[in-house]
Amino acid sequence: MPGVASMWRDALLVMAKDLRVELRSRVAINQVVPFALAVLVLFGLALGPNLHLLASETAGLVWMAVLFSCVLGVQRSYAIESTDSAKDGLRLSGLDPAGVFLGKAGALAIQLFALEVVLALVASILYGAPLTNALVLVVTCIVATLGLAAVGTFYGALALGARVRETLLPLLFFPVVAPVLMGAMKAWQAGLAGTPGKADGWLELLFVFALAYGAIGTVAFGPLLEDG
Amino acid sequence: MITTELPDRPTPTETKRPLGERALRVVGVLAVVGVVATVWLGLWITPEDQFMGNLVRLLYIHPPMAWVAFLAYGLSFLSSLAYLWPRTRSAIWDRLAGASAEVGVVFTGLTLVTGSIWGRPTWGTWWTWDPLLTTTALLFVLYLGYLAIRHVPGTDEVRGKRNAIAALVAFVDVPVVYFSVYLWQSLHQTPSILNIETRKTTVHGSMAWTLLLGFCSFTLAFIWLVAQRYRLAGLEAREESFGLEIALAERRLEGGR
Repeated sequence: MPGVASMWRDALLVMAKDLRVELRSRVAINQVVPFALAVLVLFGLALGPNLHLLASETAGLVWMAVLFSCVLGVQRSYAIESTDSAKDGLRLSGLDPAGVFLGKAGALAIQLFALEVVLALVASILYGAPLTNALVLVVTCIVATLGLAAVGTFYGALALGARVRETLLPLLFFPVVAPVLMGAMKAWQAGLAGTPGKADGWLELLFVFALAYGAIGTVAFGPLLEDG
Repeated sequence: MITTELPDRPTPTETKRPLGERALRVVGVLAVVGVVATVWLGLWITPEDQFMGNLVRLLYIHPPMAWVAFLAYGLSFLSSLAYLWPRTRSAIWDRLAGASAEVGVVFTGLTLVTGSIWGRPTWGTWWTWDPLLTTTALLFVLYLGYLAIRHVPGTDEVRGKRNAIAALVAFVDVPVVYFSVYLWQSLHQTPSILNIETRKTTVHGSMAWTLLLGFCSFTLAFIWLVAQRYRLAGLEAREESFGLEIALAERRLEGGR
């Protein structure tokens, strides 16, 4: 099918563009990563210096930090489209809207994944939680991140026309990704506790979630992008 | 009354309005009478429950409220589907979806509050992380987000599409949330409300009738509220386009001078 092939080609183009913008501007590295680290430190302060408690809650805390950072990532992803009427350029370029969605979600996912690796390493030091069963942790990161990126990119486009975008996006994003938070947290908990078998059900849920929202975004992105 | 010809499809509702208005008034009166009767029966006529005592009286309004909330989201979902379907696309469906979701959010809030009040003496806590409760709470925030999207400016077409897509996605998320909270919460309690309901209906006839009346009158109240909100949305849209026409006419007059 030529349509599908061109959709993926467009996706790669858009993804490369977004990643190139990030490499040159370094907003995620200079702002989002330090923010996420600050959140990890503040979680430690909020829960007291009890290392046992922090170690047992590492999974939930890391994933909350990821969710907060994801909102910033989505906002950044659309901020680069709203300056200099880049969005109009994107519409006029004749790229497949589905490809644009997949490309933007892909670029966001790659950045989030890199962030998760950093957060995991720092959390394991700060909270005293050794990263056992690395395979489960990495697979969880991949599927959960795909779901987060799909939902984020979809709602980012939905909130694009709004003057209140910055405040609207978190309100839309957080309730919808509640299943990702639960799934990723439980799968990580299973991995960190040395019972990786318990993660299977959660990984399936995360996979279905990513697939569903990936499909919704791919179909619905066209009409949303037309938004003047 | 607006007599100028307006772009906003005024014809079908316009001709039926007197009859529709009368019917709606009847629905409104019946809803008020029904709710008052439910309260009267629930507080004074029905007996105490063998196990729950007077707490059972809250259950004449709590399940009907939850039912109305889900009915509202269902209607909002169907209206959004009708809007997205090219053959049935019309601003009517967009307005209906918005009106219904708004009423749904109010009743979800009421469901949470009455449930919490009932839960405190029954379970000994205002809140438990039971899948049904957690899903309802997330549903409440989810649809608040949907209502926020509805205020995002744009042309009618763009807004309509955006609203409809957002409503579909919100609705689809509900079973996913329920399923994941169910998995997440390992210490699961069986939904006590349903158990109590079945027990109650076998205990005493007047309790079952009161509950049934509660369901009917809250459904009537739902119809009345959605119809009013829908009409208001139509008037708002009309006022908007009418205001634009007036402004245009004024500019034209200025130009003619």
